[in-house]
Amino acid sequence: MILKPLIRSCLASAALALCAAAAAQPLDGTLKKIKDTGSITLATRGASIPFNYLDDNNKQAGFAWEISQRVVEQVKKDQKLAKLEVKTLEVTPQTRIPLVANQTVDLECSSTTNNAERQNQVSFSTTFFVVGARLLVRKNSGIKHWSDLVGKNVVVSAGTTAERMLRQLNEKNKWGINIILAKDINENFLTVETGRAVAATQDDIILFSNIARARNPADWEVVGVPQQKEAYGCMLRKGDAAFKKLVDGVITGMMRSGEFASLYEKYFLKPITVKGNITVNFPMSPDMQELLRHPNDQPL
Amino acid sequence: MHYTWDWLIFFKPSVTGEGLYGLMLLRGLWWTVLLSLLAWTLALGLGLVAGVARTLPNRPARYLSTVYIHCFRNTPLLVQLFLWYFVVPELLPVDWGNALKQMNPTTNQFLTVLVGLTLYTAAKAAEQVRAGIESVPRSQKQAAMALGLGTAAAYRYVILPQALRIVIPPLTSDFLNVFKNSAVALTIGLMELTGQTRQLSEFSAHPFEAFIAATFVYMAITYGVIVLMRHIERRARVPGLLGAA
Repeated sequence: MILKPLIRSCLASAALALCAAAAAQPLDGTLKKIKDTGSITLATRGASIPFNYLDDNNKQAGFAWEISQRVVEQVKKDQKLAKLEVKTLEVTPQTRIPLVANQTVDLECSSTTNNAERQNQVSFSTTFFVVGARLLVRKNSGIKHWSDLVGKNVVVSAGTTAERMLRQLNEKNKWGINIILAKDINENFLTVETGRAVAATQDDIILFSNIARARNPADWEVVGVPQQKEAYGCMLRKGDAAFKKLVDGVITGMMRSGEFASLYEKYFLKPITVKGNITVNFPMSPDMQELLRHPNDQPL
Repeated sequence: MHYTWDWLIFFKPSVTGEGLYGLMLLRGLWWTVLLSLLAWTLALGLGLVAGVARTLPNRPARYLSTVYIHCFRNTPLLVQLFLWYFVVPELLPVDWGNALKQMNPTTNQFLTVLVGLTLYTAAKAAEQVRAGIESVPRSQKQAAMALGLGTAAAYRYVILPQALRIVIPPLTSDFLNVFKNSAVALTIGLMELTGQTRQLSEFSAHPFEAFIAATFVYMAITYGVIVLMRHIERRARVPGLLGAA
């Protein structure tokens, strides 16, 4: 059998090649693209305050935006790139998933909930924020609980997980709520402010930032037991273990070094340059403190 | 591209507990069709009146319709819609404005878009009608007058029967545009076909399937309109007249 040694050597060399490949960890996916093109594309949001937004000086800012900046620095360091061009692309709740899935955007860090349906198309980094949906109402509206919404007009941003939650609640309890859909966070608040809806449902942190931006913050309050906790994570393309590891490493590293806490203070407790100077004033919730102790990338 | 295709998504129950995902598209289709057909019917009537008025000897009628057509044809539909939805209720007396805002939101959104879309489309249709009327040789009107017909009768029996036949093909384009323009309704929250498609893509995280399906639905609608208008065009043909081979 003269063929046998040949086959054997072929197999051996193939195995060797595989081993070598494993050892050198050849770049593929996002990191390869970044290295090949010398650029990385980050998603931006217009008014996802205080996560990712344009401030009064027309500069991109935000808690999640700064996290994505840290990722860029880390990529530069890891890949030993002298310079890395950062491209940005503004996304909306409707466009962000297709744009990450079709690889137009490399990293999307804003107020994006990690859930099972989305995980079919994209991957999520370690969670950097935990929220629950609550209600924003005028103080004199008389609404204190979710059950006070029966038969009323309630506004929610179209396509968000809050809309899904409100529809489920309405369907289950037969509350007969008229659901008004707003196309973004600003229109959402405009709808309660002009009196078309008595309440707005959103992730609590966004409601607090809306109050901070209101003409008269003292008129407004956030009520209702938080429904359905949700985890915000950075979105990146699916099945890209190397890039996910890098992003996760950046976030957990920030949590460990205390950089995360100081960034939190900067955006959630101190004035930010939006509409003059507003303060979101949202101290760390017990859920957030728990997250800092045990970072993870699980949807809630 | 890392994308998980799932064409059966339309037959899976929605995460909101409101039936299948496919039903969302059907609900959207219902609003699109209802809105577009109503708006088109109204716009055709209004456009005919405004178009005729632009060619009348009566000066106030001519000015009025010219101002209307210029205002509504030369501003973006989206801007008009926002004015109708957010600004007009604030300009009305407070009670009226509040009554409008406390209406059932879907009815309110539907009526707002209907008004906006009708006025916008009618302004365009009016220009087509005017062009049609102007394409009928002036001598025809003079001949009608010479036979003792008044302005109304001359329009009714001589000018309009010819002008309207001429403008059927350009009006087909406007008819198609109504269906496509009706998608602006989603910006004030009326979930017509495009709006529901966005919802579907968000809830199911299958954006490509959702939008591809919606594209085919729009194509089917517009193809139906084209076939219908061709049919009308053939039926309305008069041998010996312009465009009738």
